[in-house]
Amino acid sequence: MSVRQARVTPFWSWLALIAGLYLAFLVALLFALAARASPRQVWETLGSREILYATGLSFTTCTLSSLLALLLAVPVGYLLSRGSFRGKAWLDAALDIPIVLPPMVVGLCLLVFFQTAAGRLIERAVPFTYAIGGVVLAQFVVGASFAVRTMRSVFDHLPSRPEEVAMTLGCSRGQAVWMVTLPAARRGMFAAFSIAWARGLGEFGPVLVFAGATRLKTEVLPTSVYIELTGGHLEAAVAVSLLMVALALAVLVAVRLVGEKL
Amino acid sequence: MIRLDSIAWRVGTFRLESISFTVPAGRYAVLMGRTGCGKTTLLEIICGLRTPRSGRVMIGERDVTHEPPAARGVGYVPQDGALFPTFTVREQIGFALRLRRRPAGEVAARVTLLADELGIAHLLDRRPQHLSGGECQRVALGRALAANPKVLLLDEPLSALDEELRDDLAALLKRVQREHNITALHITHSRAEAAALADVVFRLDEGRVCEVPVTSCEFDGSESLGTPQP
Repeated sequence: MSVRQARVTPFWSWLALIAGLYLAFLVALLFALAARASPRQVWETLGSREILYATGLSFTTCTLSSLLALLLAVPVGYLLSRGSFRGKAWLDAALDIPIVLPPMVVGLCLLVFFQTAAGRLIERAVPFTYAIGGVVLAQFVVGASFAVRTMRSVFDHLPSRPEEVAMTLGCSRGQAVWMVTLPAARRGMFAAFSIAWARGLGEFGPVLVFAGATRLKTEVLPTSVYIELTGGHLEAAVAVSLLMVALALAVLVAVRLVGEKL
Repeated sequence: MIRLDSIAWRVGTFRLESISFTVPAGRYAVLMGRTGCGKTTLLEIICGLRTPRSGRVMIGERDVTHEPPAARGVGYVPQDGALFPTFTVREQIGFALRLRRRPAGEVAARVTLLADELGIAHLLDRRPQHLSGGECQRVALGRALAANPKVLLLDEPLSALDEELRDDLAALLKRVQREHNITALHITHSRAEAAALADVVFRLDEGRVCEVPVTSCEFDGSESLGTPQP
């Protein structure tokens, strides 16, 4: 029964009041942030060389880490959704580890791993610790968990029967997934990419611990907020935060608009 | 011909034991049984979508028990059609031929022929979300027939349709089966469907299959399904 159809009873009124209060709180937070910095201050901060670099790096690393997260999420989400194997529950739980761990601990895990023999060997090919590769990896580790969750849910909601029919028509399982299921999952793939992208944009703890906060090197937007705050430049921190709010809202709108068109 | 020899299958407490029956070549067989008795499972075993614990599946003179679904040469029409959600009707019907890398002209000609035969030529550029239940089933039938399968497996293809559409589609199924000289196995729990379509009727009950006379399914007035025109 929808609220519109129902008589306005105290029950529905209470629910509407709770939702309204929460929404008002969120809007108040954003307004407070927007009111704190002058347009001139925002313009000056966002036009500075450091923040322009951090913005560009955030865009590049988020896009790269989200693409990598999607490449992982599609097969693993499919495995969890359609596969039936021993240890599935353990794999399912393990994928949540980056979500439930404190962000700093994720960063510390990455830092310690790359001190091991295996980690040092990998770093000979691609440098990660205190490097841009580290920013991508830190964003990927957490974003991938969210992307896998999303893709699993997408495959759970897509019936397997068309895929099976494709197999009777001459496809292997892989061909059936590629030709029939993935095109049907394209909205979900876009959603998984967007969630990983938005999550990567806000990733701070693992990036700080693993990639550091070196200006014009590994500084992404959350790092900029941190650097400006610790330097006592509250207005600059607010300006960068406003940019991140705008980007987050843009992602939300894009998910809705593009999702409907796909 | 479709032949099952001593097929056994089990999941949890549900089991099928020593299922054996033969559908002679070129005949229209109906497999009946109550909902949940394992009819769909048997069809999936014939398709190759499920592997039996023991027994053999023969299609023609070939033992296909261990062959993948793609190699069995079956046409499969599931209950709801299970059309590919992003494909047009044209792409659905041409799918099996494109997989076999047939020339584009041959694919187009086959699609047109089947679409005309099934009365869906005006729907070729539509996607499944713009098709009615009866149209979906016709498209699913065309898709299954495109690569000239030796056998056609139909999983309650009429159950979701209203009365008039059911009669039309039943007549179409029988005509297509005759014209393509295909061996068909149609599962249903409707006696009226069996009476209207079957050359041979099997009943699956308590994990076993037995052949029953077609006359035992004849129309008793409880369901409507006219006698199709061959």
